[in-house]
Amino acid sequence: MTDRRPFTRHVGVAAPMLADNIDTDQIIPSREMKSVSRDGLGEGLFAGQRYIDAHSRSPDPAFVLNKPEYKNASILLSGANFGCGSSREHAVWALAEFGVRCIVAESFGEIFHGNCGQNGVLPIALSKDKIAALTAYVESAPQQNTLCIDLEKQTLTASTESAIEYPFDVNPYQKRLLLDGLDPIGLTLTRREEIAAFLDKDAAWRPWIYE
Amino acid sequence: MTATLFDKLWAIHAVADDGDGAGLIAVDRVMLHERTGGVALRALAEAGRAPLAPGRVFAVMDHIVSFRSGRGRDEARSPGGANFITETRAMATDAGVNLVDTDDARQGIVHVIAPELAVAYPGVSIICPDSHTCSLGALGALAIGVGSSVAEHAMATGVMRVERPEQMRIRVDGALDSGVTAKDLALHIISAYGADGARRRVVEYAGGAIDALSIEERLTLCNLAVEFAAFTALIAPDEKVIDYIKGRPFAPAPSHWDDVEKGWRALRSDDDAEYDSEILINAASVKPMISWGTSPEQCTGVNGVVPAVESLPSHKREQAAKAMTYMDVSPNERIGDLCVDGVFIGSCTNGRLSDLRAAAEVLRGRKVAPGLRAVCVPGSKAVRRAAEAEGIDAVFMAAGFEWGEPGCAMCFYAGGETFPPGSRVVSSTNRNFEGRQGPGVRTHLASPATVAASAVKGKIAGAFAQLEDAAT
Repeated sequence: MTDRRPFTRHVGVAAPMLADNIDTDQIIPSREMKSVSRDGLGEGLFAGQRYIDAHSRSPDPAFVLNKPEYKNASILLSGANFGCGSSREHAVWALAEFGVRCIVAESFGEIFHGNCGQNGVLPIALSKDKIAALTAYVESAPQQNTLCIDLEKQTLTASTESAIEYPFDVNPYQKRLLLDGLDPIGLTLTRREEIAAFLDKDAAWRPWIYE
Repeated sequence: MTATLFDKLWAIHAVADDGDGAGLIAVDRVMLHERTGGVALRALAEAGRAPLAPGRVFAVMDHIVSFRSGRGRDEARSPGGANFITETRAMATDAGVNLVDTDDARQGIVHVIAPELAVAYPGVSIICPDSHTCSLGALGALAIGVGSSVAEHAMATGVMRVERPEQMRIRVDGALDSGVTAKDLALHIISAYGADGARRRVVEYAGGAIDALSIEERLTLCNLAVEFAAFTALIAPDEKVIDYIKGRPFAPAPSHWDDVEKGWRALRSDDDAEYDSEILINAASVKPMISWGTSPEQCTGVNGVVPAVESLPSHKREQAAKAMTYMDVSPNERIGDLCVDGVFIGSCTNGRLSDLRAAAEVLRGRKVAPGLRAVCVPGSKAVRRAAEAEGIDAVFMAAGFEWGEPGCAMCFYAGGETFPPGSRVVSSTNRNFEGRQGPGVRTHLASPATVAASAVKGKIAGAFAQLEDAAT
């Protein structure tokens, strides 16, 4: 039942992408969805901004994730409504394949937020002020000033700056999925009998749904 | 204890309360499309699982099918797209789910055919790995857009886990002016309250102006709830909805009809039901709208101007300035001065018969401006047939429009055919994000009538202005 990468504690380089409304079309353009698969999407991540020319894949040095100082970034800092737009779970699959394990934003698109927990990526909502403070800290020396996320304790801390220690909320179900790397379907199937009992009762009450 | 419509829908479907503000909800219908549904079917099969109730799963080809008239069954509008069609077909067939294939007479955009076939109706819980699933709340269905994994989960288990959202009522009193559409109302709301204005809330639309909307207009209004960051949208079913659903292919059997009607009439919020928030709108204050930027919240009236950056709230200025650069518009520029290179009419937002009729009314006897590419793609084959029976196809084609085969078509770019970079396009669709309709394409969202009027004038124009110009 455990087929996902558990998320317990993560220390990593954080890259700021502070715009609001970074939509899933930007995260993974539709043209980068090339097969009926969850794999092979990392290369298409942010393809519209990451490459000068998407066909030749020549990197745009101005794009934050291409800058040497943000090499191996595994945490993104962003603005409001991150992951809004299309429901495509490919956005999370692309982020995960690229190596992103956590996104810190003011708020998230609803469907994207749900998709994260299904795929071992932790979405953390913090205030604009806190994200600004994290950004200032990170930008001064991105490779050294890493961030540390402890999911069990629900804290986000700065590895070299003791003033930064932010608690964050996570819903208990998503926390459990992430901590244990659980397969949500397997987890729900342990409740088969409860579900079957409901469906039996409901089929008597609303037979037209089941015909 | 009073209850809202959402409370009642939740109670009907609540399999278990998990005590943390979330619960397991029975999923009555799963709809899939080839772009995100095929991968859900594949993951299910690879895990050695099968759908619990394949008869309640519907797979539809819509997202990347070609819209070329006379298209082949596997013809995609994007390179490599045929794989999505053939693999989804194979997996849907293996899984034994309902399949609405490219060459099926029922084919169309998933959210257009769900009401047509009565896969969605009042009281049903229906999910689809597509964000515009909220459209179906217009029928009083609990309709939730999800990711592929949740669709896979629902197929395997019959349920999904939902964190119970907060509730917002948007009451629209009075009457919309003639020529003001559900699209304009939706853009008005999003521009007034922001693209994340309904964050984590289910929105119930109510009031006299909502009661007066047709089923198709309600679908348009609810369709755009996701652009308002809503969990989903709802409208209480009324006699119009009951009459609309009756007799359609997947509607409840006549033998149940008395119970069904009784149940559907009870699907409305109690008079003194409480909401977490409420917005009141005077319908008469709504004008025909068009977007000027790259978020659906960046809108103005069709006779308006692009805003001055400093007139916007401080946290919106940076994004607005960036949007103006991308869109090649300037602060205080009259939106009606912008020259248009292309137009598109169609999509799950505005690809229904009444949308095509509204556009045709503007186009009748007129021609699109020289050099402008104009495309109309009906939302489903049923819409296309009905439009052709009325001669609407001839009106569009005489005006210089291409008349396409149903699907999502130019609502989003998937590689392949689109408008050239830098084109200014007026579109009856739902998203104006950077690159949504193609690299560098500048999308202005508007109602079908505004799109049609803009096509004729070659500049952004409201339908009224267009008709007046022609009369003088």
